Amino acid sequence: MNSQRFLLIFVLLSSSVALAQTSTQAQAPSTPPNKRQPAPHVEQKHEEAGARIFRQNCTRCHNTPEGFSPRISETVVRHMTVRASLSMSDKAELLRFLNP
Amino acid sequence: MTNVEAMPGSHFQFRLFLRAKSTGLILLTLLLFSVARSMAAQNTPLLSGGVGFFSATTAGKTTYLPIIEPLLAAPIGPRFLIESRAVLLESFNPNGDGQPGYNHSHFIGLTYLQGDYTLTPHITVVGGSYLIPFNTYNDRLSPIWIGNFQQGPLIASLGTNSTGTGTGGMLSGSAISRSKYSLSYNAYFSSLVNNSYFQAKRSTGGRVSLFLPDHGLEVGLSYNRLLQGVQENFYGAHVWWEPANSGFQLRSEFARGHHAQGYWIETAYRTQAFGGFDSIVGRFEPLFRMQQTFRRDNVVSDGLPPVNTQIADFGLDYNLPHNTRILTSYSREFASTGNYNIWQTGIVYRILTPAWKGK
Repeated sequence: MNSQRFLLIFVLLSSSVALAQTSTQAQAPSTPPNKRQPAPHVEQKHEEAGARIFRQNCTRCHNTPEGFSPRISETVVRHMTVRASLSMSDKAELLRFLNP
Repeated sequence: MTNVEAMPGSHFQFRLFLRAKSTGLILLTLLLFSVARSMAAQNTPLLSGGVGFFSATTAGKTTYLPIIEPLLAAPIGPRFLIESRAVLLESFNPNGDGQPGYNHSHFIGLTYLQGDYTLTPHITVVGGSYLIPFNTYNDRLSPIWIGNFQQGPLIASLGTNSTGTGTGGMLSGSAISRSKYSLSYNAYFSSLVNNSYFQAKRSTGGRVSLFLPDHGLEVGLSYNRLLQGVQENFYGAHVWWEPANSGFQLRSEFARGHHAQGYWIETAYRTQAFGGFDSIVGRFEPLFRMQQTFRRDNVVSDGLPPVNTQIADFGLDYNLPHNTRILTSYSREFASTGNYNIWQTGIVYRILTPAWKGK
Protein backbone atom coordinates (compact mmCIF):
# COMPACT_ATOMS: atom_id res chain seq x y z
CA MET A 1 0.00 0.00 0.00
CA ASN A 2 2.81 2.36 0.89
CA SER A 3 4.66 1.44 -2.26
CA GLN A 4 1.63 2.25 -4.37
CA ARG A 5 1.26 5.60 -2.65
CA PHE A 6 4.87 6.46 -3.33
CA LEU A 7 4.57 5.33 -6.92
CA LEU A 8 1.66 7.69 -7.37
CA ILE A 9 3.54 10.56 -5.75
CA PHE A 10 6.54 10.04 -7.93
CA VAL A 11 4.56 9.74 -11.11
CA LEU A 12 2.99 13.08 -10.27
CA LEU A 13 6.40 14.47 -9.42
CA SER A 14 7.87 13.24 -12.66
CA SER A 15 5.05 14.76 -14.63
CA SER A 16 5.56 18.11 -12.97
CA VAL A 17 9.27 17.97 -13.76
CA ALA A 18 8.53 17.26 -17.37
CA LEU A 19 5.98 20.04 -17.63
CA ALA A 20 8.16 22.56 -15.89
CA GLN A 21 11.16 21.68 -18.00
CA THR A 22 9.18 21.95 -21.18
CA SER A 23 7.99 25.34 -20.05
CA THR A 24 11.51 26.43 -19.15
CA GLN A 25 12.79 25.26 -22.45
CA ALA A 26 10.15 27.19 -24.30
CA GLN A 27 11.02 30.34 -22.44
CA ALA A 28 14.78 29.92 -22.57
CA PRO A 29 16.21 32.91 -24.37
CA SER A 30 18.52 32.18 -27.22
CA THR A 31 21.72 34.13 -27.60
CA PRO A 32 20.99 37.35 -29.48
CA PRO A 33 22.75 37.30 -32.82
CA ASN A 34 24.03 40.81 -32.33
CA LYS A 35 25.27 40.18 -28.83
CA ARG A 36 28.73 41.66 -28.38
CA GLN A 37 31.45 39.24 -27.55
CA PRO A 38 33.28 40.11 -24.32
CA ALA A 39 36.86 41.23 -24.56
CA PRO A 40 39.41 38.43 -24.10
CA HIS A 41 40.72 39.76 -20.80
CA VAL A 42 37.17 39.85 -19.41
CA GLU A 43 36.69 36.24 -20.40
CA GLN A 44 39.97 35.31 -18.80
CA LYS A 45 38.99 37.09 -15.60
CA HIS A 46 35.72 35.17 -15.47
CA GLU A 47 37.52 31.92 -16.12
CA GLU A 48 39.98 32.58 -13.32
CA ALA A 49 37.18 33.49 -10.93
CA GLY A 50 35.19 30.43 -11.93
CA ALA A 51 38.20 28.16 -11.58
CA ARG A 52 38.93 29.60 -8.15
CA ILE A 53 35.35 29.10 -7.01
CA PHE A 54 35.34 25.57 -8.38
CA ARG A 55 38.57 24.81 -6.56
CA GLN A 56 37.46 26.37 -3.30
CA ASN A 57 33.96 25.00 -3.14
CA CYS A 58 33.77 21.82 -5.19
CA THR A 59 37.14 20.11 -5.16
CA ARG A 60 37.48 20.88 -1.49
CA CYS A 61 35.28 17.84 -0.88
CA HIS A 62 35.67 15.67 -3.97
CA ASN A 63 37.86 15.05 -6.99
CA THR A 64 37.20 16.99 -10.15
CA PRO A 65 34.94 14.95 -12.43
CA GLU A 66 36.66 14.20 -15.72
CA GLY A 67 34.36 16.18 -17.91
CA PHE A 68 30.63 16.07 -18.25
CA SER A 69 28.00 17.06 -20.72
CA PRO A 70 27.35 20.81 -21.03
CA ARG A 71 23.66 19.93 -20.89
CA ILE A 72 23.96 19.32 -17.15
CA SER A 73 26.33 22.13 -16.25
CA GLU A 74 23.55 24.31 -14.88
CA THR A 75 22.11 21.41 -12.92
CA VAL A 76 25.53 20.69 -11.46
CA VAL A 77 25.89 24.32 -10.42
CA ARG A 78 22.43 24.42 -8.86
CA HIS A 79 23.15 21.23 -6.98
CA MET A 80 26.44 22.64 -5.74
CA THR A 81 24.79 25.92 -4.81
CA VAL A 82 22.72 24.04 -2.26
CA ARG A 83 25.40 21.59 -1.16
CA ALA A 84 28.17 24.18 -0.77
CA SER A 85 25.98 27.20 0.09
CA LEU A 86 27.32 29.21 -2.84
CA SER A 87 26.45 32.87 -3.19
CA MET A 88 24.63 34.02 -6.29
CA SER A 89 27.75 35.67 -7.72
CA ASP A 90 29.75 32.49 -7.12
CA LYS A 91 27.00 30.52 -8.80
CA ALA A 92 27.09 32.77 -11.85
CA GLU A 93 30.89 32.61 -12.13
CA LEU A 94 30.89 28.86 -11.70
CA LEU A 95 28.27 28.41 -14.39
CA ARG A 96 30.29 30.61 -16.73
CA PHE A 97 33.38 28.56 -15.95
CA LEU A 98 31.71 25.20 -16.53
CA ASN A 99 29.77 26.27 -19.58
CA PRO A 100 31.68 29.12 -21.24
CA MET B 1 18.08 4.69 5.14
CA THR B 2 20.82 7.05 6.00
CA ASN B 3 24.18 7.82 4.66
CA VAL B 4 25.74 7.05 7.98
CA GLU B 5 24.58 3.51 7.78
CA ALA B 6 25.26 3.39 4.11
CA MET B 7 28.98 3.73 4.59
CA PRO B 8 30.37 0.28 4.18
CA GLY B 9 32.26 -1.05 7.12
CA SER B 10 30.62 1.35 9.52
CA HIS B 11 29.98 -0.03 12.95
CA PHE B 12 26.32 0.67 12.69
CA GLN B 13 25.80 0.40 9.01
CA PHE B 14 23.27 -2.37 8.84
CA ARG B 15 21.27 -1.68 11.92
CA LEU B 16 18.79 0.57 10.25
CA PHE B 17 19.13 -0.99 6.83
CA LEU B 18 16.84 -3.72 7.91
CA ARG B 19 14.15 -1.23 8.81
CA ALA B 20 13.70 0.15 5.36
CA LYS B 21 12.53 -1.57 2.24
CA SER B 22 11.90 1.10 -0.29
CA THR B 23 12.28 -0.63 -3.60
CA GLY B 24 9.28 1.31 -4.80
CA LEU B 25 11.05 4.59 -4.24
CA ILE B 26 13.98 3.53 -6.36
CA LEU B 27 11.64 2.52 -9.13
CA LEU B 28 9.93 5.84 -8.82
CA THR B 29 13.20 7.66 -9.13
CA LEU B 30 13.85 5.76 -12.32
CA LEU B 31 10.39 6.74 -13.48
CA LEU B 32 11.44 10.33 -13.19
CA PHE B 33 13.87 9.75 -16.00
CA SER B 34 11.51 7.94 -18.26
CA VAL B 35 8.58 10.27 -17.87
CA ALA B 36 10.58 13.38 -18.50
CA ARG B 37 12.51 12.18 -21.51
CA SER B 38 10.96 14.83 -23.68
CA MET B 39 12.88 17.49 -21.81
CA ALA B 40 16.01 18.94 -23.24
CA ALA B 41 17.76 22.02 -21.98
CA GLN B 42 21.00 23.20 -20.46
CA ASN B 43 19.59 22.24 -17.10
CA THR B 44 18.87 18.66 -17.97
CA PRO B 45 18.41 16.49 -14.87
CA LEU B 46 21.55 14.64 -14.00
CA LEU B 47 22.27 11.17 -12.79
CA SER B 48 25.32 10.93 -10.63
CA GLY B 49 26.55 8.65 -7.92
CA GLY B 50 28.99 5.87 -7.39
CA VAL B 51 29.34 2.17 -8.06
CA GLY B 52 31.71 0.35 -5.80
CA PHE B 53 32.96 -2.97 -4.59
CA PHE B 54 34.47 -3.15 -1.11
CA SER B 55 36.04 -5.79 1.00
CA ALA B 56 36.92 -5.53 4.67
CA THR B 57 38.80 -7.99 6.84
CA THR B 58 38.10 -7.32 10.49
CA ALA B 59 39.79 -9.52 13.06
CA GLY B 60 40.35 -12.13 10.37
CA LYS B 61 36.81 -12.18 9.00
CA THR B 62 36.31 -10.88 5.49
CA THR B 63 33.12 -9.28 4.22
CA TYR B 64 32.31 -8.22 0.67
CA LEU B 65 30.07 -5.37 -0.28
CA PRO B 66 29.01 -4.49 -3.82
CA ILE B 67 27.20 -1.19 -3.63
CA ILE B 68 25.51 1.38 -5.85
CA GLU B 69 24.68 4.90 -4.69
CA PRO B 70 22.75 6.72 -7.41
CA LEU B 71 22.07 10.43 -7.08
CA LEU B 72 19.47 12.39 -8.99
CA ALA B 73 19.24 16.16 -9.33
CA ALA B 74 16.34 17.55 -11.34
CA PRO B 75 15.69 21.29 -11.70
CA ILE B 76 12.10 22.41 -12.02
CA GLY B 77 11.94 25.95 -13.28
CA PRO B 78 14.51 28.55 -12.31
CA ARG B 79 14.23 28.22 -8.53
CA PHE B 80 13.32 24.68 -7.64
CA LEU B 81 15.53 21.61 -7.52
CA ILE B 82 14.72 18.08 -6.50
CA GLU B 83 17.61 15.95 -5.38
CA SER B 84 17.80 12.47 -4.02
CA ARG B 85 20.31 9.79 -3.24
CA ALA B 86 19.66 6.10 -2.78
CA VAL B 87 21.67 3.07 -1.86
CA LEU B 88 21.53 -0.48 -3.17
CA LEU B 89 23.88 -3.03 -1.70
CA GLU B 90 24.44 -6.69 -1.10
CA SER B 91 26.50 -7.71 1.90
CA PHE B 92 28.34 -11.03 2.05
CA ASN B 93 29.38 -12.03 5.56
CA PRO B 94 31.10 -15.20 6.80
CA ASN B 95 28.88 -17.56 8.74
CA GLY B 96 29.30 -17.37 12.48
CA ASP B 97 30.02 -20.09 15.03
CA GLY B 98 32.82 -21.53 12.98
CA GLN B 99 30.52 -22.60 10.17
CA PRO B 100 32.07 -22.51 6.70
CA GLY B 101 30.67 -20.38 3.89
CA TYR B 102 28.96 -17.04 3.64
CA ASN B 103 25.52 -15.63 4.12
CA HIS B 104 24.31 -12.52 2.40
CA SER B 105 21.75 -9.82 2.85
CA HIS B 106 20.68 -6.89 0.75
CA PHE B 107 19.39 -3.43 1.30
CA ILE B 108 17.70 -0.88 -0.93
CA GLY B 109 16.67 2.48 0.38
CA LEU B 110 16.62 6.19 -0.02
CA THR B 111 19.31 8.15 1.72
CA TYR B 112 17.50 11.43 1.22
CA LEU B 113 14.88 13.04 -0.97
CA GLN B 114 14.56 16.79 -0.76
CA GLY B 115 13.25 19.80 -2.61
CA ASP B 116 15.33 22.98 -2.67
CA TYR B 117 13.67 26.32 -3.33
CA THR B 118 15.85 29.38 -3.81
CA LEU B 119 13.90 32.00 -1.94
CA THR B 120 16.46 34.81 -2.01
CA PRO B 121 20.16 34.99 -2.89
CA HIS B 122 20.89 34.20 0.76
CA ILE B 123 18.13 31.74 1.62
CA THR B 124 17.37 28.34 0.21
CA VAL B 125 14.38 26.56 1.68
CA VAL B 126 14.81 22.80 1.85
CA GLY B 127 11.90 20.48 2.46
CA GLY B 128 11.57 16.74 2.64
CA SER B 129 14.04 14.19 3.88
CA TYR B 130 17.45 15.82 4.11
CA LEU B 131 20.88 15.00 5.46
CA ILE B 132 21.36 16.56 8.87
CA PRO B 133 24.07 19.22 8.61
CA PHE B 134 26.03 18.39 11.74
CA ASN B 135 29.78 18.83 11.30
CA THR B 136 30.91 17.80 7.83
CA TYR B 137 30.94 14.06 7.41
CA ASN B 138 27.23 13.39 7.18
CA ASP B 139 26.25 15.75 4.39
CA ARG B 140 29.58 16.31 2.64
CA LEU B 141 31.86 13.30 2.87
CA SER B 142 29.60 10.29 3.20
CA PRO B 143 29.01 9.44 -0.50
CA ILE B 144 31.15 6.50 -1.53
CA TRP B 145 32.73 8.47 -4.38
CA ILE B 146 33.87 11.23 -2.00
CA GLY B 147 35.09 9.65 1.21
CA ASN B 148 38.82 8.88 1.35
CA PHE B 149 38.29 5.93 3.65
CA GLN B 150 35.85 3.11 3.16
CA GLN B 151 34.81 3.28 6.79
CA GLY B 152 33.13 6.36 8.20
CA PRO B 153 34.35 7.94 11.42
CA LEU B 154 33.18 6.52 14.74
CA ILE B 155 31.48 9.76 15.79
CA ALA B 156 29.37 10.06 12.64
CA SER B 157 26.21 9.22 14.53
CA LEU B 158 26.66 11.95 17.16
CA GLY B 159 24.44 14.91 16.38
CA THR B 160 22.80 13.20 13.44
CA ASN B 161 20.24 11.34 15.55
CA SER B 162 21.74 8.00 14.47
CA THR B 163 19.57 8.11 11.36
CA GLY B 164 21.60 10.78 9.57
CA THR B 165 18.47 12.28 8.11
CA GLY B 166 15.83 14.71 9.22
CA THR B 167 12.36 14.99 7.80
CA GLY B 168 10.96 18.46 7.79
CA GLY B 169 12.38 21.79 6.75
CA MET B 170 15.68 23.55 6.62
CA LEU B 171 16.96 26.99 5.74
CA SER B 172 20.44 27.19 4.33
CA GLY B 173 22.60 29.46 2.29
CA SER B 174 25.42 31.90 2.13
CA ALA B 175 24.96 34.63 4.72
CA ILE B 176 27.96 36.67 3.64
CA SER B 177 30.29 36.14 0.74
CA ARG B 178 33.35 38.32 0.22
CA SER B 179 36.61 37.65 -1.57
CA LYS B 180 38.41 37.22 1.76
CA TYR B 181 35.81 35.26 3.67
CA SER B 182 32.39 33.70 3.48
CA LEU B 183 29.90 32.63 6.07
CA SER B 184 27.34 29.91 5.44
CA TYR B 185 24.60 28.56 7.63
CA ASN B 186 21.98 25.82 8.03
CA ALA B 187 19.05 25.75 10.43
CA TYR B 188 16.56 22.90 10.49
CA PHE B 189 13.67 21.30 12.26
CA SER B 190 12.89 17.63 11.91
CA SER B 191 9.72 15.93 12.97
CA LEU B 192 9.37 12.39 14.24
CA VAL B 193 8.74 10.02 11.37
CA ASN B 194 8.43 6.32 11.94
CA ASN B 195 7.45 4.98 8.55
CA SER B 196 9.89 2.65 6.87
CA TYR B 197 10.87 5.11 4.15
CA PHE B 198 11.80 8.31 5.94
CA GLN B 199 12.72 7.50 9.49
CA ALA B 200 13.68 10.56 11.45
CA LYS B 201 13.65 11.85 14.97
CA ARG B 202 12.17 15.05 16.28
CA SER B 203 15.06 17.45 16.56
CA THR B 204 16.32 20.88 15.72
CA GLY B 205 19.72 22.38 15.15
CA GLY B 206 22.02 24.18 12.83
CA ARG B 207 25.52 24.81 11.62
CA VAL B 208 27.60 27.89 10.91
CA SER B 209 30.79 27.75 8.85
CA LEU B 210 33.38 30.40 8.18
CA PHE B 211 35.63 29.93 5.17
CA LEU B 212 38.81 31.90 4.51
CA PRO B 213 39.72 31.14 0.90
CA ASP B 214 43.16 32.74 0.92
CA HIS B 215 44.21 30.40 3.70
CA GLY B 216 42.14 27.41 2.61
CA LEU B 217 40.77 27.34 6.13
CA GLU B 218 37.25 26.46 7.20
CA VAL B 219 35.98 26.40 10.75
CA GLY B 220 32.46 25.61 11.80
CA LEU B 221 30.21 24.97 14.75
CA SER B 222 27.21 22.66 14.87
CA TYR B 223 24.38 22.12 17.28
CA ASN B 224 21.64 19.54 17.48
CA ARG B 225 18.94 19.07 20.07
CA LEU B 226 16.95 15.90 20.25
CA LEU B 227 13.37 16.81 21.10
CA GLN B 228 11.99 13.43 22.00
CA GLY B 229 12.49 10.95 24.78
CA VAL B 230 15.34 12.05 26.99
CA GLN B 231 16.13 15.31 25.29
CA GLU B 232 19.82 15.71 24.60
CA ASN B 233 22.11 18.35 23.21
CA PHE B 234 24.92 17.65 20.78
CA TYR B 235 27.73 20.04 20.02
CA GLY B 236 30.15 19.85 17.13
CA ALA B 237 33.10 21.69 15.70
CA HIS B 238 35.06 21.15 12.54
CA VAL B 239 38.27 22.51 11.08
CA TRP B 240 39.40 21.96 7.53
CA TRP B 241 42.67 23.24 6.17
CA GLU B 242 43.50 22.81 2.52
CA PRO B 243 46.25 25.18 1.38
CA ALA B 244 45.78 26.14 -2.26
CA ASN B 245 47.74 24.13 -4.84
CA SER B 246 49.56 22.14 -2.19
CA GLY B 247 47.77 18.82 -2.58
CA PHE B 248 47.47 18.66 1.18
CA GLN B 249 44.22 18.27 3.07
CA LEU B 250 43.53 18.30 6.76
CA ARG B 251 40.03 17.62 7.96
CA SER B 252 38.89 17.22 11.52
CA GLU B 253 35.77 17.06 13.62
CA PHE B 254 34.89 17.02 17.26
CA ALA B 255 31.47 16.04 18.58
CA ARG B 256 30.12 15.89 22.07
CA GLY B 257 26.91 14.30 23.19
CA HIS B 258 25.32 13.70 26.55
CA HIS B 259 26.77 10.20 26.88
CA ALA B 260 29.88 10.23 24.71
CA GLN B 261 32.24 12.39 22.75
CA GLY B 262 35.01 11.97 20.23
CA TYR B 263 37.02 13.37 17.40
CA TRP B 264 38.77 12.45 14.19
CA ILE B 265 41.60 14.06 12.27
CA GLU B 266 42.35 13.06 8.71
CA THR B 267 45.20 14.10 6.45
CA ALA B 268 45.68 13.40 2.77
CA TYR B 269 48.37 14.38 0.32
CA ARG B 270 48.94 14.25 -3.41
CA THR B 271 52.23 15.37 -4.86
CA GLN B 272 52.74 17.49 -7.96
CA ALA B 273 56.48 16.94 -7.95
CA PHE B 274 56.52 14.19 -10.56
CA GLY B 275 54.48 15.65 -13.38
CA GLY B 276 51.44 17.01 -11.57
CA PHE B 277 48.42 15.49 -9.94
CA ASP B 278 47.53 13.47 -13.02
CA SER B 279 50.88 11.76 -13.34
CA ILE B 280 51.29 8.15 -12.31
CA VAL B 281 52.86 9.20 -9.02
CA GLY B 282 50.57 12.19 -8.49
CA ARG B 283 47.54 9.95 -8.53
CA PHE B 284 48.65 8.24 -5.33
CA GLU B 285 47.05 9.67 -2.21
CA PRO B 286 48.48 8.58 1.13
CA LEU B 287 46.12 9.09 4.05
CA PHE B 288 46.17 9.04 7.78
CA ARG B 289 43.29 9.31 10.20
CA MET B 290 43.27 9.23 13.95
CA GLN B 291 40.03 8.91 15.86
CA GLN B 292 39.07 8.48 19.47
CA THR B 293 35.79 8.13 21.29
CA PHE B 294 35.20 8.55 24.98
CA ARG B 295 32.25 7.32 27.01
CA ARG B 296 30.93 9.86 29.47
CA ASP B 297 28.65 7.31 31.12
CA ASN B 298 27.42 3.80 30.55
CA VAL B 299 24.31 4.73 28.56
CA VAL B 300 24.99 3.49 25.04
CA SER B 301 22.32 5.17 22.99
CA ASP B 302 24.25 7.12 20.41
CA GLY B 303 25.89 4.60 18.10
CA LEU B 304 29.37 4.99 19.53
CA PRO B 305 31.30 1.99 20.84
CA PRO B 306 30.36 0.94 24.38
CA VAL B 307 33.92 1.49 25.63
CA ASN B 308 36.57 4.09 24.94
CA THR B 309 38.02 3.32 21.54
CA GLN B 310 40.95 4.52 19.47
CA ILE B 311 41.56 3.76 15.83
CA ALA B 312 44.54 4.67 13.72
CA ASP B 313 43.82 4.41 9.98
CA PHE B 314 46.59 4.31 7.38
CA GLY B 315 45.33 4.55 3.83
CA LEU B 316 46.62 4.67 0.30
CA ASP B 317 44.18 5.67 -2.42
CA TYR B 318 44.87 5.72 -6.12
CA ASN B 319 42.93 8.09 -8.33
CA LEU B 320 42.63 6.35 -11.65
CA PRO B 321 41.55 8.14 -14.82
CA HIS B 322 37.87 8.08 -15.76
CA ASN B 323 36.55 8.95 -12.31
CA THR B 324 37.68 5.75 -10.69
CA ARG B 325 39.34 5.42 -7.31
CA ILE B 326 40.97 2.54 -5.51
CA LEU B 327 40.73 2.79 -1.74
CA THR B 328 42.96 0.75 0.51
CA SER B 329 43.60 1.05 4.20
CA TYR B 330 44.94 -0.68 7.25
CA SER B 331 43.49 0.21 10.64
CA ARG B 332 44.33 -0.82 14.13
CA GLU B 333 41.57 -0.54 16.70
CA PHE B 334 42.41 -0.27 20.38
CA ALA B 335 39.79 -0.82 23.04
CA SER B 336 39.50 -2.50 26.42
CA THR B 337 37.39 -5.19 24.78
CA GLY B 338 40.29 -6.11 22.52
CA ASN B 339 42.62 -4.84 19.84
CA TYR B 340 42.33 -5.93 16.25
CA ASN B 341 43.28 -5.13 12.68
CA ILE B 342 41.02 -3.95 9.89
CA TRP B 343 42.12 -4.30 6.27
CA GLN B 344 39.97 -2.65 3.64
CA THR B 345 40.15 -2.57 -0.13
CA GLY B 346 37.69 -1.18 -2.60
CA ILE B 347 37.16 0.37 -5.97
CA VAL B 348 34.66 3.12 -6.77
CA TYR B 349 33.55 4.45 -10.12
CA ARG B 350 31.82 7.79 -10.18
CA ILE B 351 28.96 8.48 -12.55
CA LEU B 352 28.01 11.94 -13.77
CA THR B 353 25.80 12.06 -16.79
CA PRO B 354 22.60 13.59 -18.14
CA ALA B 355 19.58 11.56 -17.20
CA TRP B 356 18.91 10.87 -20.88
CA LYS B 357 20.50 11.28 -24.24
CA GLY B 358 20.15 14.52 -26.08
CA LYS B 359 21.52 16.46 -28.95
